[in-house]
Amino acid sequence: MIWSNEESLSRSELEKIQVEKLKDTVAHVYQNVEFFRNKMQNLNVRPEDVKTLDDLKKLPFSTKEDLRVNYPFGLFAVPENKVVRLHASSGTTGKPTVVGYTQKDIDNWSELIARIVTMAGATVDDKVQIAFKYGLFTGAFGLHYGLEKAGICVIPTSSGNTEKQLMLMKDFGTTILVSTPSYALHMGEIAHSLGIDPKTDLKIRLGLFGGEGSSEATREKIQKVWGMLATENYGLSELIGPGVAGECTHLNGMHISEDFFLPEIINPKTGEVLPPGEKGELVITTLNKEALPLIRYRTRDITRLFYEPCSCGRTTVRMEKISGRSDDMLIVKGVNLFPTQVEEVLSKFDALGPHYEIVIEKHNYLDSLEIKVELNEDLSIDSYQEFERLEQNIKHELRVVLGLEPKLNIVNPRTLQRFEGKAKRVYDLR
Amino acid sequence: MIIKQLTVFLENKSGRLSEVTRVLGENGINISALSIADTSEYGLLRLIVSDGAKATELLKKNGFSVNLTDVICLNVKHEPGTLHDAIKTLSDAGIDIEYMYAYAVGDNAAVIMKVSDAKEAIYILTQNNIDLLKSHEIK
Ligand SMILES: [Zn+2]
Repeated sequence: MIWSNEESLSRSELEKIQVEKLKDTVAHVYQNVEFFRNKMQNLNVRPEDVKTLDDLKKLPFSTKEDLRVNYPFGLFAVPENKVVRLHASSGTTGKPTVVGYTQKDIDNWSELIARIVTMAGATVDDKVQIAFKYGLFTGAFGLHYGLEKAGICVIPTSSGNTEKQLMLMKDFGTTILVSTPSYALHMGEIAHSLGIDPKTDLKIRLGLFGGEGSSEATREKIQKVWGMLATENYGLSELIGPGVAGECTHLNGMHISEDFFLPEIINPKTGEVLPPGEKGELVITTLNKEALPLIRYRTRDITRLFYEPCSCGRTTVRMEKISGRSDDMLIVKGVNLFPTQVEEVLSKFDALGPHYEIVIEKHNYLDSLEIKVELNEDLSIDSYQEFERLEQNIKHELRVVLGLEPKLNIVNPRTLQRFEGKAKRVYDLR
Repeated sequence: MIIKQLTVFLENKSGRLSEVTRVLGENGINISALSIADTSEYGLLRLIVSDGAKATELLKKNGFSVNLTDVICLNVKHEPGTLHDAIKTLSDAGIDIEYMYAYAVGDNAAVIMKVSDAKEAIYILTQNNIDLLKSHEIK
């Protein structure tokens, strides 16, 4: 089922809507947000210069830093008494970024969520457990109201207290799980330790995952452990929260609600707009936001866009799974490299542990790339031929995925450094 | 008559081998037989020890990647032709030898073999009066 007509318009019908909304948005920010007005004036662009979608590239970019500098309400385009909800995302340093919603923004948010849950296959017969943390984060509340709008029963368990989550899941007959992918894996482990097999003892059939990027290997693992269809959705609190894009049951990229979000792909180093199908940083202009409209917002997420209509019947553009953050991008021998690509390859090999390091050095003006990875403590091989085959297979996969020929160094378990928080994987010694 | 052999992965780092012997020595585990296959980069250490399960656990705890495999150990007379007879018996029975290593003590030689089917190999060899050693007999 397709929730809204806007998801299956022809390209020309859709672009007509986008142009009108783009003009409105530009006029709205020019009139009401001093920050954007100044930026546009500096570039000598006036709202009436934006007549087509192509004119988008005349407009200035905006960034998360801009939100921080204008903390808390400096980028709001409506009077404060029109704002009915505030959310904030934690900054790793200093002040959080604050986002606001008018009542219309909240209603639109629910509409967007109703679209993505419907495309993932949720129906009124389902019961959804929301294991996102309720609070300042946008995740839980966004899904909550959107699911209700779609007529689906919501169980707002929030995150944590996994044993109780599992008990309710069993007793209530929950059929859908909303959480981060890593929490779904953790929950699966706890279930097994309690003697519950999620596949047979629980009724979960569908996962709506977001809040963090994840690999195909993680998806496969979740599907295997839970016996569910694991779908992914995408959003950023700055843009609205979850609901920007979501996967349909074909799991073939995430459909962006293009009548609300106008996407571009740029080269993160130069800001140049790249043609469809090329990989680069996702930039989004919001087309329907009242409280916090953003022009050409740099998401820092690296992806690719596909404009071919999907076999599900939707015509909206699809974005590939996020393959990294533009801040994490490395350039080795002129090739763009993301640590997540390396992780994706290594995670396919059962013989390897989860810890790895990427070391880049310069020898005689040439870049050299080395990947160190730990073996699992359970050695699956017993002869040299087997070991060489494993080594060749890993090297081959790396070559195919990275387009580079790294030196591979397989090391003993527990020899690479461990980190309490976010792991340091990259050592760029150039 | 099945014997548990440990295969331990060694990065070609000096000290790695002595680390293995230290861990085992300090915990009172005897090494009865040992062989190393190595290239310029990595090494695979094969060990027969007095307590395979305990040694595996200890080595894993100390950061080694360990595999526990079933092998057999033939006891042949230290004379020309005896090893050939044993190998022929196995190959006639369609059993592949993946690798082997041997050591001679006095009149006899112990030959450790990884074969495609250990149980079948034990049966065939015993039928042909070729002597096999049990774990505790390897010294
Ligand atoms: Zn689709």
